[in-house]
Amino acid sequence: MGYMWICIKAMLEYLNVEVVVPPPSSKKTLLLGVKHAPEFACMPLKLNLGNFMEAAELGADTIVMAGGCGPCRFGYYAQVEHAILRDLDYQYQLVVLEPPQKHIGELLSKIKHITGRQSWRRVINGIRFGYHKAEAVDKLERMAHYCRPRETKAGTTDRALQNALKEIIAVAAPEGLPVALNRAVDIMKAVPLEKNRPVLRIGLVGEIYTLLEPFANQDIERKLGSMGVEVDRSIYLSEWVNEHLFLGLVKNTRNSKLAKQKAVKYLRHFVGGHGLETVGSTVLYAEQGYDGVIQMLPFTCMPEIVAQSILPRISSELGIPVMTLIVDEMSGEAGLVTRLEAFVDLLARRKQTREVLA
Amino acid sequence: MYGYLGIDVGSVSTNLVLTGEDGTIEQSIYLRTQGKPIEMVQQGLKQMQAALPGKVKVIGVGTTGSGRHLAGVITGADIIKNEITTHAIAASNVVPGVQTILEIGGQDSKIIILRNGVVADFAMNTVCAAGTGSFLDQQASRLNIKIEEFGSLAMQSSVPVRIAGRCAVFAESDMIHKQQMGYNVPDILAGLCEALVRNYLNNVGKGKEILQPVVFQGGVAANAGMKAAFERALGHPVHVPPYFDVMGALGAAMLAREATNRKTTGFRGFDVADRDFKAGGFACDGCPNVCEVVEILESGQVIARWGDRCGRWSNALDRNQKIS
Repeated sequence: MGYMWICIKAMLEYLNVEVVVPPPSSKKTLLLGVKHAPEFACMPLKLNLGNFMEAAELGADTIVMAGGCGPCRFGYYAQVEHAILRDLDYQYQLVVLEPPQKHIGELLSKIKHITGRQSWRRVINGIRFGYHKAEAVDKLERMAHYCRPRETKAGTTDRALQNALKEIIAVAAPEGLPVALNRAVDIMKAVPLEKNRPVLRIGLVGEIYTLLEPFANQDIERKLGSMGVEVDRSIYLSEWVNEHLFLGLVKNTRNSKLAKQKAVKYLRHFVGGHGLETVGSTVLYAEQGYDGVIQMLPFTCMPEIVAQSILPRISSELGIPVMTLIVDEMSGEAGLVTRLEAFVDLLARRKQTREVLA
Repeated sequence: MYGYLGIDVGSVSTNLVLTGEDGTIEQSIYLRTQGKPIEMVQQGLKQMQAALPGKVKVIGVGTTGSGRHLAGVITGADIIKNEITTHAIAASNVVPGVQTILEIGGQDSKIIILRNGVVADFAMNTVCAAGTGSFLDQQASRLNIKIEEFGSLAMQSSVPVRIAGRCAVFAESDMIHKQQMGYNVPDILAGLCEALVRNYLNNVGKGKEILQPVVFQGGVAANAGMKAAFERALGHPVHVPPYFDVMGALGAAMLAREATNRKTTGFRGFDVADRDFKAGGFACDGCPNVCEVVEILESGQVIARWGDRCGRWSNALDRNQKIS
């Protein structure tokens, strides 16, 4: 899922666990997944399944997967995928990292299971290391969001981001991280920018996997960036990890509490997944003066469908244009580009007329 | 005389429009794309040149539609714009004060909401292509009716048959069922129109505030049966502009006028119609995505590439044309 592998890999390798990183999600991954997954499951399941099959080819024997307990089907995905893999004669051990029901200890014992005979102190340090890497990656991604619409030469931001991430990936021990992060930040700062260029700002909300995995969202951040749009995501990896796996142990970070408060006016009930956050973040983006909001969801995603039906009301009450994009393995790129282009045109013309009036 | 050229390469039709400097239509051409966009653009240019009186100098070109990049590369367009923007621009110029545009083309249908002359909201059909021109085409040919006669036949109906219109496949089964039950053809056609309108309003138009004046355009607007069905469903008149079938091209020409303001055009002349263009393609082997890269060749030379996710090929060309 996006760059999540960077932090998980760091954590496990620090704990002397050998890690197999499957190749980035690609058409091949999706084909494998589509072939063996139930048709009406959403795209994340299909991609994950493909990832695991590709990892098995590289010699992986244990799956570490996130779980969940809520109305979203994702909670069962680890088990379903495990069962499918077993039917296909893959010998995998399954470890599900789930939001602990009561105490963070539940999570720790699962990690302990993977890591074996290592001191608790080292395990905790490992987890912290992974988390800090996630924070570093998020920081770089945010910088890329800022740079992309303002870069003077197309493509420089993308290259800089890849180089900056390499710095983070290469760090093997917690002590080296701050230095590497500084180097990475310098790489990003070196991107030549035209600071005064007028840009549009769009908030991306929706289902977490679709938001974080560039293959699933067809590189929407890059596409929008090249159209002169600065994007912000409602979900970043480190925030999600902190909130769901550490139960908010790390304080003073942006979290979804505010978004959930904002959602109360429109939706008073937990609907699973990130439905509530989608509604709340849309309100937040409107209040922060963003030009528009794009909601992304995989086809058949229930929590987001609930949110989708509420968004038109927010849109008309707060005067912020909202567009919903649904993705699955059938999505064509041309259609997506047309819609994005038209949406960006709409926002640009709207902004122009407003500025004339003001 | 000076003029602006607008080209709309859609899935079903390729349209060309030449406007005068003031934006009025001098000449319009409607061709069937027939799966050969390059040839059709060239043929359209030829016909356009033949139809124009003597000395017309094209001082701006805009392309739109799903084949806009292709057409843009061939003609050297000044602006390449998506069809939502072009349709909105054209409609708001032809029908001042328009607040709602219903557009049904060959493969897609969209609704555009304008307020104060600016696009405020739009929607396109998402995961289903039922209820677009292609389906009507197909049903007309199944019943052995010319698509041009579809509308007038549907208008003869007195009691439209109710047809399940959510899915094109089920709609067809239901039509066959009704036909075997002995309902007459006009009633079935009128029923189909109503079913498509229901489907359109429920899927594309859901949650949108449809205010007057309403403009209905795109190829399907030629079908009087569809217009009547919309008017019945909405309860107020629906306006079909005179150049309803070339509105996208008209909008592109209008945008070309804006884009060439104080600039010279990139138009490569009508003689591109006689040059040799080929579209080639290959599968990139750089990563497991195996992108299908498309190349446009002019007399054996690559003039444009697209289709790769990473930009390895499209950025490799020295011509600094931005594709997307």
